Formats: sequence, structure tokens, C-alpha cells
Amino acid sequence: MQFIETAAALYQASRKPLAVVRTTSPNALGLKSFLTCSASWRRYREPTFGLGVQHLVTEMGNSMEDQVLQGIRMLAGTQNLKNMLEVADLSVRFENVQPLHGLSFSVARGASLAVIGPNGAGKTILFRAIIGATPFEGTVRWARDARIGYVPQKLDLDRDVPITALDFLATRKTLTALSDTDISRTLELVGIPPKATKTPIGTLSGGQFQRLLIAFALLGKPNVLLLDELTAGVDAPGQRRLNELVARLQRDQGLTVLFISHELSVVYRYAGDVLCIGGSTVHIGPPRVILTPDLLRETYGADVDYHIHDH
Amino acid sequence: MSTITFMTTEALFLPIAMAAASGLVGCFAVMRRMTLAGDALSHVALPGIGIAIALGINPLLGAVTMLFFGALLVWALEGQARVATETVVGVVFSVALAIGAMMASGEDLIETLFGGAGVLSRGELVFGLAASCVVVAFILTQKDKLVVMLVSSDVAKTAGINVRLLDFLYLETFSLTIALGLRYLGALLMGALIIIPAATAKQLARSLSSMLIVATVVALIATLAGTALAEHLHRGTGPFIVTTAGAIFLLSLLYRRR
Repeated sequence: MQFIETAAALYQASRKPLAVVRTTSPNALGLKSFLTCSASWRRYREPTFGLGVQHLVTEMGNSMEDQVLQGIRMLAGTQNLKNMLEVADLSVRFENVQPLHGLSFSVARGASLAVIGPNGAGKTILFRAIIGATPFEGTVRWARDARIGYVPQKLDLDRDVPITALDFLATRKTLTALSDTDISRTLELVGIPPKATKTPIGTLSGGQFQRLLIAFALLGKPNVLLLDELTAGVDAPGQRRLNELVARLQRDQGLTVLFISHELSVVYRYAGDVLCIGGSTVHIGPPRVILTPDLLRETYGADVDYHIHDH
Repeated sequence: MSTITFMTTEALFLPIAMAAASGLVGCFAVMRRMTLAGDALSHVALPGIGIAIALGINPLLGAVTMLFFGALLVWALEGQARVATETVVGVVFSVALAIGAMMASGEDLIETLFGGAGVLSRGELVFGLAASCVVVAFILTQKDKLVVMLVSSDVAKTAGINVRLLDFLYLETFSLTIALGLRYLGALLMGALIIIPAATAKQLARSLSSMLIVATVVALIATLAGTALAEHLHRGTGPFIVTTAGAIFLLSLLYRRR
């Protein structure tokens, strides 16, 4: 019975993060499974809630009193986070490699953070960890109201499936309240011609496909964008157009942007801060401080040249 | 026990419902590249039927139970990157087929493997219709989420979809579809009725809705024409249904090439 009471109280706490839970000594295992289940259900609607509870479960110590109190503190913390994202001591381990080790950083609301580093530094893994798509140690906390729009680098899809761009975008309707005007306006915004929306997505060019992915992300009305090499395979005018689009969204709608890029000139121009991983130490700071020849040589193990386009 | 012969008006509902369910489920199976795993999954029905007969319970119940756990196994394997799903599925399900074959013999075995003779109990009819409704309803209501998951499971995750849960429900829907077709196609051939119409539709269709429609129509034609042909020749239904579906698939290849 104690377990049920605690579970109910915790459920309440998860809805109203500042509720107080009184408990004596409930069944730890049962409580963990309850939290996991409730996280699964809530994640259906609120991805960030699931993340919060996942950490709660992994971070629980032995004493149950502490666990419950800590849980409430964490849930309350999720609600009142000042930054959009706080990452503390994040490590990702695969069987015999550890691409990320003890990474800590935070991203303020409306900020723009570039993630750079050589191939294999763990940039994509970092993104997958902070959206909860890969197991990790440490803490990832999103603001409670975070709505993430993610543009991945790699897709799980075969190129020859008969799904049109419009089919793909229309799936958003079951996830977010949308009208057909929203869809056509977004298509115009990212620059996909109407004709291209009716053919299978496999026939789109690389650049059009990237635009389609960003259109899909934008239709979710996000306040955070995670862009994993957004402009890979896009022609030069297209690159500029997409980069300008993101910069404009960030400026006008206060979006928080995290992006991975190999184009250091783009990083220099658009990033407020740069997170440089893959070297012996992790560096974070404004582009002027991070994008120095010495620091880049240390990280990439070779000289790196880039051109700054000042307009 | 009341029985119904094939091709009476009442018994026609079941093949129609089964074909619709197979066509719809198959589209996503083909698009998510689980053609082989799906086909092998149907084999676990055989030991399920064998165990049920040995225990004296309804064979269909045995098949459904085994299929449920078969789908659970595929799901669990997909969840961890350490083991290659295809390998384990191939081994486990082929062994299941062998064990099932040990438990049955002769006429019964042929029927369980390739689809049955002309009597259908009311219980089977009701189960088939109910299961078909569940399958069709699941695909039609979840198709948008399934598409997003197909494109990128990471994007699906950030869009608020519980990817693991949806994946589990899809696999169980797939195994339910196999269960409801066992009577007509048997443990060896039911996978083919799910895969071939969808593969045909993938060749011909240019959008998601047209793919779903084409797959359903092909499954329907194959089922009805195959059943009629088998009835006419007094043979088992499964081989005729699958051969018809295969012929349509070959025609679609010719059409596509043009």
C-alpha cells in the first residue's frame, strides 16, 4: 500500500512539480518500474518529461527517502530551468570505445551553439544522447517547455519507398495541430517548389531533401533546433539560404539552435558559442576564442584553414 | 460444432478481411526491410500448434501465443545493437520450424504448413474477423507515426513518438496478421501473403495512400482467385494464393520496366 501511495504522490508530483511527497519505505524496485512506465506514457506527449524521469531513475541512491526527495527536486528543477539545456558530466560508452567523456555545458534560451570537431569526435552521438536516443551516464536536463526540432544527418529510410514529401509532412498533423496553409507556408519558407512535393522523396535532390527535413522540424513548432550538418550536399546558394533561414528564425522567434558543422566560416558567422570536441581537452567559448589556428591544430591534428565571409 | 464450407457468402468475409490486413501490414514490413524476419516469424506458429494439440487445447491459441513471443524476441533483439537480428531470427525460427515438424506428421503437417482443407469453425471465423479489424484499425490510425519512424527514429523521438512502444505494437500486429491467415496459408506461406502484395505495391505506387490501396487490392485478388482455383481443383489453398500473388508481382516488374 505504501508503494501505491508513493506512486500516486509521485505521479501528482510529476504533474505539479512542487508537490510534497510523504513516505516511509516503499518498494524500491516497484517504484522504479512505475516511474519508467509513467515516463513511457508521458513521453508519448512530452518528450522532455521522459528524459527527466529517466535520470531520476538512474540517479536514485539506496535510501528511498532520499530518492523520493531527490526526485521531486529534479522534477521541480526540470520545470524551473533557467537555461534551455544543461548537460553535466555526460559520458557515452560503447563496447570498447568512449566517444564522450565527462562533458559539461549549458545552452541559454535563444542562444546558438556550434559543435565542431574532427570525424569520429562524437558530435552526432552527443546529439543522440541529449535527445535520449542513445544510453549515457551523467545528466541532461531540458527546460520543461523545450520542443525539439531535430534534423538528422543520416536517415533510416530506403530511397525507393513510395512516400511523397507531402505524405511525410502531412504526418505532422497527427502530432501537432496544423492546417494545410501551415504546410504550404513552411514549404515556401524553406524553398521547396510545390511540384517537388508530389513525387516520392527518393527522387528529391540532396539539397531538397535537407529542406524537407527542416520543414518537418519547423512544422512541430519547435523552440529548439538541433541541426546535424544541415547543409551537407546542398549547393552554395542553397546553403546560404538555409543558414540565413535558421539565423532569421533564431532572431525573430527566439529559437535556441544547436548545430553541427564542418564549415568553420559558417560557424564563425552564425554561432554565439562554439563547443569543440575530439581533442585532448574540450573547449567552449565564443568563435573568436575557439577558432584559433593553435586550438584547431590541437583538435584536428592538422592545420585548418577557413575563410571568414564578412558581409 | 457448426462448420462452414469455403466460398459460401459468410465464409467469404474472412479471406477478404485477411487480405486487407495482410496488404496494409505488409507495406510497412517491406518499407522497414523486415521481409526476411517477417517470413521467418511465421514459422514459430508450427511448434505452437504442435504444443497446443499435445496439451489438448485449441491449436490457434497455441499459434497465437508462440507468435506473440516470436514478435517479442524480434523486438528485444532490435533494441540492442550487440546481436545481429537477422542471424538470430534465422536460426531461432528455423529451429522452431524443425521442432514443430517433429511434433506433427503426414496429412496434418502438410495442412499446417501450407494451409487447410474446406471446413472452418465459427470460432475461427469470429477470431479471424476480430483480429483483422484490430490490424486494419492499428495501421490506419498509426500510419503517420509509422512513417515518421521509418524516415528516422531519432526524428520520431523528438516529435514525441514513443518509438520502442510503437515498434513493439507494430511487430505484434504483424504476428497477429500471421495468426489470422494460418488457416488459409499455413505457417510456411502466410508470410508471403503479407510481403508479396506490399512488394508489388512498392513497385507500382507513387505515394503512401496509393501503396496501401494497391497492396490491399493485390492481396484481395490473390486470395480470392487462389481460393477459387484451389476449390476447383480440390487442393490446399495456400500454394494457389501465393502463386497468384507471385504472378502479379512478376507482372508489376514488367510494367515498371516499361
